[in-house]
This record gives sequence, structure tokens and C-alpha cells, in this order.
Amino acid sequence: MNGYVQSLLGILLSAVLTENFILVKFYGICPFMGVSKKIDTALGMGMAVTFVMALASAACWAVNVLLVRLGLEYMQTVAFILVIASIVQVVEMFLKKSVPALYKALGIFLPLITTNCAVLGVALVNVQKGYDFLRSVVNGAAGGLGFLLAIVLFASLRERVDRSDCPECFKGFPITLIAAGLLALAFMGFSGLKIF
Amino acid sequence: MEILIAVAILGGLGLIFGLVLAAASRIFYVETDPRLEKLNECLPGANCGGCGYAGCGGYAEAVLKGEAPIGRCNSGGNECAQAMAAIMGVEAEEVTRKVALVRCSGAKTYDKDGNLVTGARIKAEYEGIRDCLAASKVGGNGPLSCKFGCLGYGTCVKACKYGAIRIVKGVALVNEDRCVGCMSCAAVCPRNLIVPVEPHRNVVIACASLAKGAVTSRGCTAGCVGCGLCKKICPRDAITVERNLAVIDYEKCDNCGLCATVCPKKLIRDSNVENLPDPAVPKK
Repeated sequence: MNGYVQSLLGILLSAVLTENFILVKFYGICPFMGVSKKIDTALGMGMAVTFVMALASAACWAVNVLLVRLGLEYMQTVAFILVIASIVQVVEMFLKKSVPALYKALGIFLPLITTNCAVLGVALVNVQKGYDFLRSVVNGAAGGLGFLLAIVLFASLRERVDRSDCPECFKGFPITLIAAGLLALAFMGFSGLKIF
Repeated sequence: MEILIAVAILGGLGLIFGLVLAAASRIFYVETDPRLEKLNECLPGANCGGCGYAGCGGYAEAVLKGEAPIGRCNSGGNECAQAMAAIMGVEAEEVTRKVALVRCSGAKTYDKDGNLVTGARIKAEYEGIRDCLAASKVGGNGPLSCKFGCLGYGTCVKACKYGAIRIVKGVALVNEDRCVGCMSCAAVCPRNLIVPVEPHRNVVIACASLAKGAVTSRGCTAGCVGCGLCKKICPRDAITVERNLAVIDYEKCDNCGLCATVCPKKLIRDSNVENLPDPAVPKK
């Protein structure tokens, strides 16, 4: 039992830090660049991704059980995309009706996540590593938290960079890409971390 | 055979999810007023915030609830106000288009020795954050000699969502064709230089200096010293001089342009930047 909890903790830490979905594995770069202009919106996007990734991990685990039983593992990618897109749609409708306040905060980000490769990535990683249900969900949620951490850090960097006096030729997107690269380098420092 | 199973399973999954989605869209259907969508369509959708609400959606909702008057959208102008009034079933007043005007003529030009020929004098090099608010907070009223003039660090340029403002020789200029009059720029200008005016005016007072004539002259070659020549020549008595600054009453002004011809500092100019001549050199 103790070992199991420990492995969950290990999954959590590695998904947030050493194998951060954005800065180490380079999944989900599109929202990372697109929605990181302000800390507020970055926070909203991070929350939405965390939520969807945890949910998608759970649902994809169930679908994967079905696929394995029928010997259709090669259909994983297609099936997972289907599952994730449907889940996001249902969640969006549910939020709109039941929690309008949360919908206003997350609503515009949800359709963006439908086809986000970080969400699909976490589902495929879960299968590759053979995680059970709980480990899959923890990996999904922790991956989302890693996304949240990365995008909020990056948004705060960008807010500072926007105000600083940067050479004309680097203004705008170039300096943003360089900043992203430097942030990824910083996260490489975690790769030496030994977890349990 | 295996292919058929794969197709069937995936098709089945798709069908189930489709049904769930269809059911969910019924269960979680949210009724919205059809007028809201129409109102949103009328608005420009730039979310400039000029109306005082959080974006176009916020304004549309406020209008629907009757909390906001129609015609607050400067960007949409008269056309938008009439369309919104038609949807809400009320009459709208005529809305005249307004654009932003930066009341400063202190564009700096230098001769080949680096001496100031026209424009505002710089009394100190500013090396801080490239932002007007930050620059204006520096001791001694900022780096310019004129404490009313445009600092030219482009805070308004950043605030403008329409790309209508540019900095020319250290002074912000508004392109009237692009400006929609949302006045986001006026809200961020630490010197309160930006005011709304009707577009395509022949004459605007492009200075905001309230200092005494001598002080203004020392700080800038193109500052209003309150000499009153424009007031004397105006055939319609539209110009008054208040606190050392000429003011045009546009109710009376008929755009004749006589004042611009007599202004010794050449600061009465056409409101449209695109028609601006090169900064005038004052006659000695």
C-alpha cells in the first residue's frame, strides 16, 4: 500500500516538474503561446486544461479497457480523440447551464482544448506506461497542473518582457519564443531530480 | 472481418457519444434572448471598452436589460446605434462620430548640429521604462521642459486596438480614418492630452499648455502662449483664450481656417494627421 501511494506521488512530481508536458515534452505549445499574454487568462486556461486532462485520462482509461479486450489497440489514437472531443463538449454544455460563473471564466478556453495535443498526449502516455485507473487520473491531473505552472510562469515573464526595452527586431513573437526556450532550459534542471 | 469489427466499434462509440451529446444539448439547453445575439452582431466586436462595459458582449447585455442607453458605442457610430434601436424597438438619437485628438504640437526637429529647430525642449535624458506614466512620474514633471506636452513613449499607441496612433518625432498623432473614438488612449494618457473631436475639422488647437506665455515659449517652439490673435481674427467669435490657452467652440466654428493662418506658433492645424504638412518652422 505504502509503495502504491509512493508511486502516485512519484507520478505527480514527475508530471509537474521533470516531465512537464509543455517545457520538457513540448506538447500543447499552441495554447502556451496563444493564451499567455496575461496572467489572468493564462490561469483560466491552465485550470481548464487541468480539469479536462484529469477527466480525459479517466474516460480514455475506460475506453482503452474496451479496446484492449477487443484487440483493437491500434485504434487508440482515433478513439481517444473522439472521447476527448465529446467530453469537452458535454462539459462545456454542463458548465453553461449549471455553473455560469465558471463557464464565463473557462468557457472560451474549452473549445480550444478539444484538439489540444497535451490532452491526447496524456491519454497515450497513460496507455504506454500501463497505468491503472487511479494512476492515470493522477497523471492527467498532475500533467494539467504542470501545464498551469508553465503557462502562468510564462505569462508573468511575458508581461515583464512587454514592458521592457527590447531591440526592435526581437519585439513581439521572436522574444516570446526565446523566453519560452529559456524557460524550458530552466526546467531541464529538474531532469536530474531523482524521485523515489 | 477484423476491419469490420474495428469499424463497428468505432462507429458505435461515435454513435453513443453523438447521442449523449444530443441528449446533453437538450438537457443543458440555456434559453437566451434572440435579441442579444442580434445586438452583438450590430456591435463592432472589438471589445475596446469605450462604452464603459466589459467588452461588446457586456454592453449588449446591459442594453438588453435596459441598464445602458443606446448609442454609447463610439466605434459603431450612428449606423450601429440606429441598428440597435431598431432591434430594441426604440428611437435612437443621431450619434455623431468622434475621434481622438492629441493636443500637442511639440514634434521635435533638429538641425544637423543637433540644435532644436521646432518642438518641445528636452531638459533631461530619460532612461527608464518606456512608458509615459513612468516617465511622467520622474521628478520635475518628467523629461520634457513643457509639463503639459506629449512624452512620446507610446502608452496610447499600446492602448489603441485599431493601430490608429503613431509617434512622429516624439509626439503621438492620431490617424482619423482608423480611429473609432473609443478613447481607450485618453484613459491611459498621464497628461490628459487626448480629447474627442469631430473628425475632419480644419482647425484644432493642438496644445494643452496652461502655463504663462513666457514659460510655454521657453519650453516649446509650438506652444500656445495665449496671444489671442486667433480670437481677434475669428469672424464668428468661436475662439476664447482661457488660462493662456485658446479654445475653439465648435458650436460656432464654421471651419473657415482663418485662425490657422494667423497663429504665430502654427499649432492650429487640420485635425487629420494624414493631411498634415511638415512641422512648420516659425518665422523669425
